[in-house]
Amino acid sequence: MGKDALRALTRELRIDIIRMLEAAGSGHPGGSLSVVDVLAALYTGPLRHKPEDPVWPDRDRVVLSKGHCCPALYAVMARCGYFPRERLFELRKLGSPLQGHPDRVRLPGVEASTGSLGQGLSVSVGMALAAKVDKKDFRVWCVLGDGEMQEGQVWEAAMSAAKFRLGNLTAIVDLNGGQIDGPVREVMDLEPVEDKFKSFGWETKEIDGHDFQHITQALARKPGQAPYAILARTVKGKGVSFMEGKAEWHGKAPTKQEADLAVEELSRG
Amino acid sequence: MAKATRQAFGEALLKLAPAFPGMVVLDADLSKSTMTAAFAKQYPERHFEFGIAEHNMLGAAAGLAFCGKIPVVASFACFLATRLETIRVSIAYSRANVKMAGTHAGLGIGEDGATQMGLEDVAALRALPGIAIVQPADEAETLQAVEWMLGHEGPVYLRLTRQKLADVHGSDYRFRLGVADPVYEPAPAEARLQASVFATGGTVGPAVDAARALAQKGFRVRVMNCATLAPFDDEAVALASEQSQRIVTVEDHNLVGGLGSAACEALASRGKACPVLRLGAREFGESGTAEELYRKHGLSADCIAEACIRNLGA
Repeated sequence: MGKDALRALTRELRIDIIRMLEAAGSGHPGGSLSVVDVLAALYTGPLRHKPEDPVWPDRDRVVLSKGHCCPALYAVMARCGYFPRERLFELRKLGSPLQGHPDRVRLPGVEASTGSLGQGLSVSVGMALAAKVDKKDFRVWCVLGDGEMQEGQVWEAAMSAAKFRLGNLTAIVDLNGGQIDGPVREVMDLEPVEDKFKSFGWETKEIDGHDFQHITQALARKPGQAPYAILARTVKGKGVSFMEGKAEWHGKAPTKQEADLAVEELSRG
Repeated sequence: MAKATRQAFGEALLKLAPAFPGMVVLDADLSKSTMTAAFAKQYPERHFEFGIAEHNMLGAAAGLAFCGKIPVVASFACFLATRLETIRVSIAYSRANVKMAGTHAGLGIGEDGATQMGLEDVAALRALPGIAIVQPADEAETLQAVEWMLGHEGPVYLRLTRQKLADVHGSDYRFRLGVADPVYEPAPAEARLQASVFATGGTVGPAVDAARALAQKGFRVRVMNCATLAPFDDEAVALASEQSQRIVTVEDHNLVGGLGSAACEALASRGKACPVLRLGAREFGESGTAEELYRKHGLSADCIAEACIRNLGA
């Protein structure tokens, strides 16, 4: 999909995210708005999948390790046809498949139940291993948050991915620089992230996570022998001026007025 | 013949590997102790060494399961079950078809001491919906339990011993999930049994020895093997409470949250007034021989026998 098309699509996706969170009355706008560009480019780009057949065995797997930004995932899935867009407004309602954090049992197309940070990369390692064992060529894409990199299990997973030579595994790290208690560099600084991955035996590529040229190029890279980490520099709350870069919007849903303001701004954009 | 259930487990993996081609085995640097080394040697492409990184190993097992594999994850009971958060979300909540084998259960491992002794694993995993917990009592039951585990759809925790366990089942025995089976029957008589003993894993042998010794003194005690700790055989305990003066539970596990707790829950919720004497670890383990530790912590045949006839009033 071209840059202009992606820009238009992601504008709609951001509006979906805002309206969905407004309807739910709770959830995570900041991290959803920072990761949506990369997710949209992935699902409309190199991802091999059939929304009408979410259990197709040869599909690529997307693991949203950073589970709390599932409004972005749900918005992208709806646009791809995994389920009708109207269902987005069931987010977080009792009995809805659109749980507050992704649930693979309730929502076909969700590959791993996440939300407890730090586990998704391990699950992805297992999936990539299964592909190698069965000599299948589906790929595994794991989307992580930067705060999440503070969990030890992530580095256990990174170490094992290199050992098992999982070239079919790509991690996309949403480096939006913010977490609940404040900026990542103050809570527990991760920099230099790229060097850390390199020292763990990964190929790496640092990009502007809102530049569709950068994103599509990074996603288009052919798999090698080593696992690949795309380090996407992003802005928390991207697209809504009063949210951008503000820790307070990590896990707070917009009120009707705030949502209307955001949507009006996005529609102009 | 007497055999450690971890050894029977390792042999079962080798024996069943052809019948379950999807099975793969994961280890965290303990394959020589968990006895998966033989499988790893014969099926190198189906064995994954994760190093001393149990969280990652458990999460990867979930990923393998989601792609149709039957992952068997092996480590010491205490090193697996305490990675509860990954088991809770990536395996139990996600209904991943992961089989967890926790060897070195309880005091029975002996000299290695407290930090290697799994004494809380059942309590932790019982709290997670959907995980079957099975603790075989001997070689025959281990082989059948492993075969059942590999064919069962859903997460399983298999609890295994380092020490050798005597055979307590005949060749006609058939393992059935959730069903406690009698391994020692006293001579039939009208009166109620002196006691019904519910034992599991390493304590079944000592319980049978206790019952035999008591029979010679005229006390009638039945011994029930509880291989399945979840889902627990509530009915067997309820029935036993009507046929016995008391229930005795004995487990190489903490007294909180294991077999004893499950038995009490079963009786209390049915309004049964039968007294229950619970034998198990009341504190962390320590170094010593398995026999010494069973004696000191109340799990030996003598301790069990004493509990069966102890004057409750005193």
